[in-house]
Amino acid sequence: MSWIDNKFEEGLIVTSLDWAINWGRQNSIWPMTFGLACCAIEMMAVGASRFDIDRFGAGAFRASPRQSDLMIVAGTVTYKMASRLKRLYNQMPDPKYVIAMGACTIGGGPYFKHGYHVVKGVDLVVPVDVYVPGCPPRPEALIEGLMRLQDKIRHQTRAKDPISRVKEEVLN
Amino acid sequence: MHEATQQVISALSEGFSDVDFSPSPLMDRADGAVGAEQIYVRVPADRLLEVMRFLRNSEACAFEQLCDLTCVDYLNFPKATDRYGVVYSLLSLSRNHRIWVKCFVNDPSPEVPSVTGVWAGAEWMEREVWDMFGVRFSDHPDLRRILTWEAFEAHPLRKDYPLRGRGEREDYEVLTRESR
Repeated sequence: MSWIDNKFEEGLIVTSLDWAINWGRQNSIWPMTFGLACCAIEMMAVGASRFDIDRFGAGAFRASPRQSDLMIVAGTVTYKMASRLKRLYNQMPDPKYVIAMGACTIGGGPYFKHGYHVVKGVDLVVPVDVYVPGCPPRPEALIEGLMRLQDKIRHQTRAKDPISRVKEEVLN
Repeated sequence: MHEATQQVISALSEGFSDVDFSPSPLMDRADGAVGAEQIYVRVPADRLLEVMRFLRNSEACAFEQLCDLTCVDYLNFPKATDRYGVVYSLLSLSRNHRIWVKCFVNDPSPEVPSVTGVWAGAEWMEREVWDMFGVRFSDHPDLRRILTWEAFEAHPLRKDYPLRGRGEREDYEVLTRESR
C-alpha cells in the first residue's frame, strides 16, 4: 500500500487538471444562435428532438455571443455579413471555437466562381476549427463535426506545447 | 378594368389634369386578352410626390399601404423608351383596391423623389433599389447601401452588369488565432 492509498473518503475523484477542464469544456459547448441561410434549417433540426444535440451538452443555443463557446457558421456569408461575423467572433469569450457548416461557408459554394457578394470561405475572416461539408450537411454530419470538435478539446493541454519548448531552448 | 380602379383613375385625372397617366395593364397576356385587374399609371418624377400624397390621402383612393417598391431595368427591352422604371405597388385596405405606379427615369444620374414622407415603410425598399439599381432617392433620410458592403461601387441588378460579376472583393482584415 503506497502513501496515497486509503487516505480519502468515497466519492473523491483523482484526475489531472487537464482532464477535468477538458471534460467540462467538451460537454458544455454552448453554440451561438447564428443561422445565415438554408444550413440554419439543418442546424435547427440538430437542435430539435429527433437529432437532439443536447445529448452532447451543446443544446443551449445562446442569443448572445458573450454567453457562447461555439459559433456554427451555418449558411452563406456575404461580404456585408463578414464584418458583422468578425465582430460577433470578437465578442465571444475564450475559449471559442468555430464550425464552418456547409459548402458556402467552407469555400463560397456555388457562388465561388462568379458571386460578387459571397466570401470565398469563412476561414478568410475567422479561424475555423472544424469544417462540415455538404449542401446543406445532414444533421448527422453536424453532430459528427461537433464530436470532432470535442475530440479537439479533449486533447488540449494547459502545459507548454513541446514545439514551443524546444524553440525556447534553442533560442536561449 | 375594375370599377374601383376606374374611380381611382378618374379621381387622378381630375386632380392632375396636366399629367398624362396613360393607364395600361401591368402585363400583356400571351393569349391577347386584356388583363382586367392590374392597371398601372405613369407618373413623371417631378410630379411623383404630389400624386403619391393624393393617392394616399384622397377619399376616393385611400391607398394606406405601400405593398412593394421595386425597380425594373428596361435596357434592351423591346419597345422600351426609358431605362429605369421605379414601380410602386399600392393597396387600399379600407376600399379594397390596388394600383401600380411607374416612374420612369434615365441615365445619367437617375433620381426620383423619396416617398418615405408618405409611407414610412418605403425607407428600406428605396435603399435596396439604390443598392441594386443605382437610382437615387432625393430627400431620403438615410440613403446607404442595404445589402452589399459600403465600399462596393457597382449596382448588380442593372442589365449591363456582367453575369459573372467584376471580381469585386471586400478588403477586410483577416482574423487568425494568433492575431486576435
